[in-house]
Amino acid sequence: MSGNMNLTLKVWRQKNAESQGKFVTYKAEQVSPDMSFLEMLDVVNEGLIKKGEDPIHFDHDCREGICGACSLHINGRPHGPKHGITTCQLHMRSFNDNEIVVIEPWRASAFPVIRDLAVDRTSFDRIQAAGGFISVNTGGVPDANSIPIPKVVADEAFNSATCIGCGACVAACKNASAMLFVSAKVSQMALLPQGQPERYRRVQAMVAQMDAEGFGSCTNTGACEAECPKEISITNIARMNRDYFNATLIKNEE
Amino acid sequence: MKLDAKIPAGPLAEKWSKHKFNLKLVNPANKRKYTVIVVGTGLAGASAAASLAELGYNVKAFCYQDSPRRAHSIAAQGGINAAKNYQNDGDSVYRLFYDTIKGGDYRAREANVYRLAEVSVNIIDQCVAQGVPFAREYGGLLDNRSFGGSQVSRTFYARGQTGQQLLLGAYSALNRQINLGKVKMYTRHEMMDVVTVDGQAKGIVTRDLINGKIETHSAHAVLLCTGGYGNVFYLSTNAMGCNVTAAWKAHKRGALFANPCFTQIHPTCIPVTGDHQSKLTLMSESLRNDGRVWVPKTVELAQKLRKGELKVTDLKEEDRDYFLERKYPSFGNLVPRDVASRNAKEMVDEGRGVGASGVAVFLDFAEAISRLGEDAVRAKYGNLFDMYMQITDENPYKQPMRIYPAVHYTMGGLWVDYNLQTTVPGLYCLGEANFSDHGANRLGASALMQGLADGYFVVPYTLGDYLATIGPKAVDNSHPAFEETKKSVQERINKLLSLTGTKTVNEYHRELGHIMWEYCGMARTEEGLTKAKGLIRQLREDFWKNAQVTGTNEEFNQNLENAGRVADFLELGELMVDDALNRKESCGGHFRLESQTEEGEALRDDDQFAYAAAWEYKGDNEPEVLHKEELVFENVKLTQRSYK
Ligand SMILES: Cc1cc2nc3c(=O)[nH]c(=O)nc-3n(C[C@H](O)[C@H](O)[C@H](O)COP(=O)(O)OP(=O)(O)OC[C@H]3O[C@@H](n4cnc5c(N)ncnc54)[C@H](O)[C@@H]3O)c2cc1C
Ligand code: FES
Repeated sequence: MSGNMNLTLKVWRQKNAESQGKFVTYKAEQVSPDMSFLEMLDVVNEGLIKKGEDPIHFDHDCREGICGACSLHINGRPHGPKHGITTCQLHMRSFNDNEIVVIEPWRASAFPVIRDLAVDRTSFDRIQAAGGFISVNTGGVPDANSIPIPKVVADEAFNSATCIGCGACVAACKNASAMLFVSAKVSQMALLPQGQPERYRRVQAMVAQMDAEGFGSCTNTGACEAECPKEISITNIARMNRDYFNATLIKNEE
Repeated sequence: MKLDAKIPAGPLAEKWSKHKFNLKLVNPANKRKYTVIVVGTGLAGASAAASLAELGYNVKAFCYQDSPRRAHSIAAQGGINAAKNYQNDGDSVYRLFYDTIKGGDYRAREANVYRLAEVSVNIIDQCVAQGVPFAREYGGLLDNRSFGGSQVSRTFYARGQTGQQLLLGAYSALNRQINLGKVKMYTRHEMMDVVTVDGQAKGIVTRDLINGKIETHSAHAVLLCTGGYGNVFYLSTNAMGCNVTAAWKAHKRGALFANPCFTQIHPTCIPVTGDHQSKLTLMSESLRNDGRVWVPKTVELAQKLRKGELKVTDLKEEDRDYFLERKYPSFGNLVPRDVASRNAKEMVDEGRGVGASGVAVFLDFAEAISRLGEDAVRAKYGNLFDMYMQITDENPYKQPMRIYPAVHYTMGGLWVDYNLQTTVPGLYCLGEANFSDHGANRLGASALMQGLADGYFVVPYTLGDYLATIGPKAVDNSHPAFEETKKSVQERINKLLSLTGTKTVNEYHRELGHIMWEYCGMARTEEGLTKAKGLIRQLREDFWKNAQVTGTNEEFNQNLENAGRVADFLELGELMVDDALNRKESCGGHFRLESQTEEGEALRDDDQFAYAAAWEYKGDNEPEVLHKEELVFENVKLTQRSYK
């Protein structure tokens, strides 16, 4: 096992949404390769607090790659240098002694900075609330096995459903488009028999909200798929585009 | 105070349906005259908020994360139980009830557990209707797996992300109601206190975590769905923000806290690597379906392994001790969690632990890989193996995982009656935050079931009865109780912000965790617990003198948030120790070294302790008063649990 490292961090500090931000340099010393990236920041923060200074603020909760709270643009890449993981799963063994590490928040106008590295992603929730559901009330639903679903279909729906809503796709996209995020939900439900009755209404409502939030358009560069920590496939976008097109054709169907 | 669990009369299997019939109803046109506050939007809270809004009530829902989708329920991996008997392997509502009561070592209420088993079947139907993509077989029907403490396959799952899929289902139901305007969602809001008027819960005080604004909210009833308090141990499998604050504040306002010492230590977690460690990662119990737990047969071999003189793959079959299979032939690797954890600890204490620290045992998939092939194992557990590799830099397809027990779940929580109401009228508690269904040990895949049972299928009925009784007349937040409670919240925040000492809040938290783990963890003694009580008191006093809390209230201030939570843990810790001291028997996850069978299993004392211990707060630094809810078992016979 390699020894401990010393790193230089250049961290985006911004007091609140209104103020101007800037990069501040910190030293992270005696960093163990077994630490996670966020644990490394914890140690830096402990040092700051001891000096009576404000710690670096960043969102995080589960620290195991599933809640989607952590974000961070690390050396220019959402969730850092490794493929298919979130920042909280990134370990310091992926860095080298004396490396300079640049840490920024997600950059997108639909994700305004709250403080330092924490941003406001409630636009994602509003898109989900616009149509990301199947309208069933509690109770009075059929037996779970009454509609068989082919395993390949269920598995494909599951793959789309593994999106954690972190926003890396938006942060990776030069247009700050939210197409991968939105299409993942649209696909999950469009694939399942339960999702059929509202299939076209749903895609229209979600896309309309996505546009209203100020996300950019998709130009098929694929950066979203490349940076997605859950490896959500870009075919979801194709599926959504098809549904959206069909929806405009059969708009009056309902 | 007389505890009345309000268990309906009649035969076990008819209690719930009779009770539902006897509950008062609020007429449909009147429902919109009522407002209900739901604090927490994990499985319990999101399902409750959505279901109540569907019925027509106005709901205000709160969570501390930036989105309801990030509640800690999202992290549940393995699965959710339901007595569907789709496998035709002899499952039934009664068997699930029986397994849960027995698994909980006979310290849960029969009537609640039976109801839980009864509604479990509806949960799966509901989730499928919402579009939850459970695992399926090639024929298109739902697949099941087995979990510890049961001999049937009744666990439904979505690869290793069951909690995520269930929560996203509940979140979608919640979203639908947000869209319809029936739920007003407050994210990044922390509940700081409960407001009571004439002894009834009428609202809450919150802090807006972005700008520090302290606000009051009034309602006809308040539902706490705020999760478990495992983070009192500092290191646990819980998310970083999991806390006891909401439940603790309710406790101080009159809600009794039951069985606080009942904590679950999960046997299969990734071991600690160093002081920087901020949390522990679970490796799902489902892995014990195919993984075999072992340590080297002798201390000498274990030492050689630890020093690197031997590689694990060099160890011959006859040099391995599959201790769970050896000691519990009928359940083998699938014994309940408390039993598996204690046995792992025993091996480590004997000096047969593995890994550099010696504080770990192996979980080995070699046999499964040779039987099923690597691809089949990957399809079942791929995401867990990836997670393991990320953290440890070791490949579990090639060498066994190293695992060790870690704090995972809290069975204790606010005392509730059959209606899920606490001892404060109008204040309800759902999900992991209450104490109700798991006794002294929770079976795997039963927490998701309980959270959703409470939220979808229990509280929508029982709350209606209370609301119909009190009537729609609104209490508004101009009542002086709101202003008074708000003031006390502000004072406490100011007190925290005035701390400019030399130690960080995290340092206190870590120290508290060490004390709890050492003396109130997997093995507890009178002596150790007494010592712990003194240590916690000292630590708490020191915190209020020497902690360092930076910044101001009027800003996004994570240091302040954390300080408030740790301050509450420092109080809860002492109550947990008191409870563990009081309960001189061993049961489930509560293991008093003084009370064990000859074979080293937990030895209950049913004559003395067949009760739920519910504690009443009497003032800062005053001893809490114990109330006992005697547990009456009319349907199951109390026996020494055996998984041999
Ligand atoms: C890693 C892991 C794996 C697990 N796997 C399984 C499994 O496979 N099967 C199973 O059955 N169980 C499992 N469990 C247990 C199960 O996930 C939890 O017990 C359950 O999800 C808890 O749900 P809940 O709704 O009660 O609480 P949570 O999901 O914890 O939700 C709590 C909510 O309360 C809010 N909150 C808390 N405090 C406040 C406050 N002061 N103010 C405002 N809001 C607040 C939070 O924001 C959140 O919305 C697992 C647990 C862990 C840790
Ligand atoms: S903290 Fe939950 S995904 Fe990183």
